[in-house]
Amino acid sequence: MRADQLIGQAAVLEGLCSHPAVKAILAWKPEALVDAKFDRNELTLTIAAEEIRTAATTVQSAGYNFFEDVTAVDWFPSSPRFQLSYHIVSHQYMERIRLRVMVEGDAPVVESITAVWPSANFYEREVFDLFGITFEGHPNLCRIMMPDDWQGYPLRKDYPVEGYR
Amino acid sequence: MGSRDQHMILNMGPQHPAMHGVLRLVAEIDGEIVVRIYPEIGYLHTGIEKTCEAKFYQQVVPLTDRLDYLSPMANNLCYCLAVERLLGLEIPEKAQWLRVLLSELTRLNSHLIWLGTHAMDIGALTVFLYTFREREEILRIFEGLAGQRMMTSYFRIGGLSMEPPLDFYDRVQGFIKSFPEKIDEYSNLLTGNPIFKGRLKGVGILSAADAIALGVTGPNMRGSGVDFDLRRDMPYSGYEKFQFKVPIATEGDCWARYLIRLVEMRESVKMIQQALDGLPEGPIKADAPKIVLPDREKMKTQMESLIHHFKIVTEGFAVPAGEVYQGIESPRGQMGYYVVSDGTAKPYRVHFRNPSYATLQALDTMLRGRMIADVIAVVGSIDIVLGEIDR
Repeated sequence: MRADQLIGQAAVLEGLCSHPAVKAILAWKPEALVDAKFDRNELTLTIAAEEIRTAATTVQSAGYNFFEDVTAVDWFPSSPRFQLSYHIVSHQYMERIRLRVMVEGDAPVVESITAVWPSANFYEREVFDLFGITFEGHPNLCRIMMPDDWQGYPLRKDYPVEGYR
Repeated sequence: MGSRDQHMILNMGPQHPAMHGVLRLVAEIDGEIVVRIYPEIGYLHTGIEKTCEAKFYQQVVPLTDRLDYLSPMANNLCYCLAVERLLGLEIPEKAQWLRVLLSELTRLNSHLIWLGTHAMDIGALTVFLYTFREREEILRIFEGLAGQRMMTSYFRIGGLSMEPPLDFYDRVQGFIKSFPEKIDEYSNLLTGNPIFKGRLKGVGILSAADAIALGVTGPNMRGSGVDFDLRRDMPYSGYEKFQFKVPIATEGDCWARYLIRLVEMRESVKMIQQALDGLPEGPIKADAPKIVLPDREKMKTQMESLIHHFKIVTEGFAVPAGEVYQGIESPRGQMGYYVVSDGTAKPYRVHFRNPSYATLQALDTMLRGRMIADVIAVVGSIDIVLGEIDR
């Protein structure tokens, strides 16, 4: 039986030790797992920012085969400023997990996971376009929604809703 | 294939009748052969995600209609489910069943437009007139229900906006009773048509591995042989109570996608029938006076209801902090709304994962080495809506 809510790494490791994604991450590199929570029936694993590509490979081989979505959340003005949420579905376990990465600074750089899932291509471009997060190793990192000569990153919290006039 | 300097760059769209909106495709061609194709999007970008951050939770519902404007109820459902999970709100059973009924009606609506426009792009103009005849009836049902034909905004956080009108159930029953014959009619016009078949069979092939790698979902993925449907495998809103089959094909070409959508329409009709037969009695809104707007009658007679109404409309309702990703099976594939709350009455961040956006990435794989005329067939067969791609 699963509890409804498990907050904190220790609680998740204890309550969900047999979960395939948790097991795979622990078998690969326990110190890459920074934080974890199980809330509203969703498992969130926070991964150290520099390990995200290998973490993606790990969960992929653990059965989480379908990359669904990546997006960012701007927690301005707190630090670390940006949160990246990767949503990955397993066709085998019929379940979804979230890999979370926290990144510091105003112009952060994260490794791209397009080598693991080519479908991340457009999603990473969108995050780059609207949040200004650079993905290293992306094959074609340019603006996708906004015009190429656009100044600023519209989905950041310090960008006004009406835009700059 | 000639050398690179013999290649020509051809622009299709954004104003092109077969591009289903404002899609611009940059095609590198060698004679009539497509060497590379690259979708250039963003012409319809309105920053809906940014707008959501400035609105109350309940004010976002009408915005979601404008994303995938051909299946508004699917968008409403996905957003409402996400916020309800953040709130921990239980929805009455009748509202859940009606939501399923309407989602499937929306699927019919969306597939009818796809079938009509897809056949029209290929040159079978008649089908378009037939499918729009049936779609008109669905839109009239929606109009009776919500007062609006396309942008219905009928779902609310906590249930539905109002009771369906008295003739609603009879009209839906009448529609689905005659609808299977109509599908036969389309099938008679198209399935045996050698021109239609010749344009679709073996065109735009996508393997199962490519479909997963490129994020293709829904009927397009199932046409490539991946057996996964969120309605069956990760059920939401009471879908686990319904019996239906999920059609699969292994060819992965435009023809397989066409056949799958035809079967999906028949399955949707069955599910609507089940929803009509088994519809439970009860309220259509959750019992949560601080979140759900009170009935008009109560508001006029009871002081508390008036206060709640005033509070919800002027300051919204606070949603507990947290993050939720809700996935549903929209007519086009896996739709997912990611809602982050910081505990206030406005969403901190809303992100829409729309199926068409990922499907576009597969266009190059499907079209490399094919004739330029196949571009039209493939773009029609993957059933994209630019409103949800550009957002």
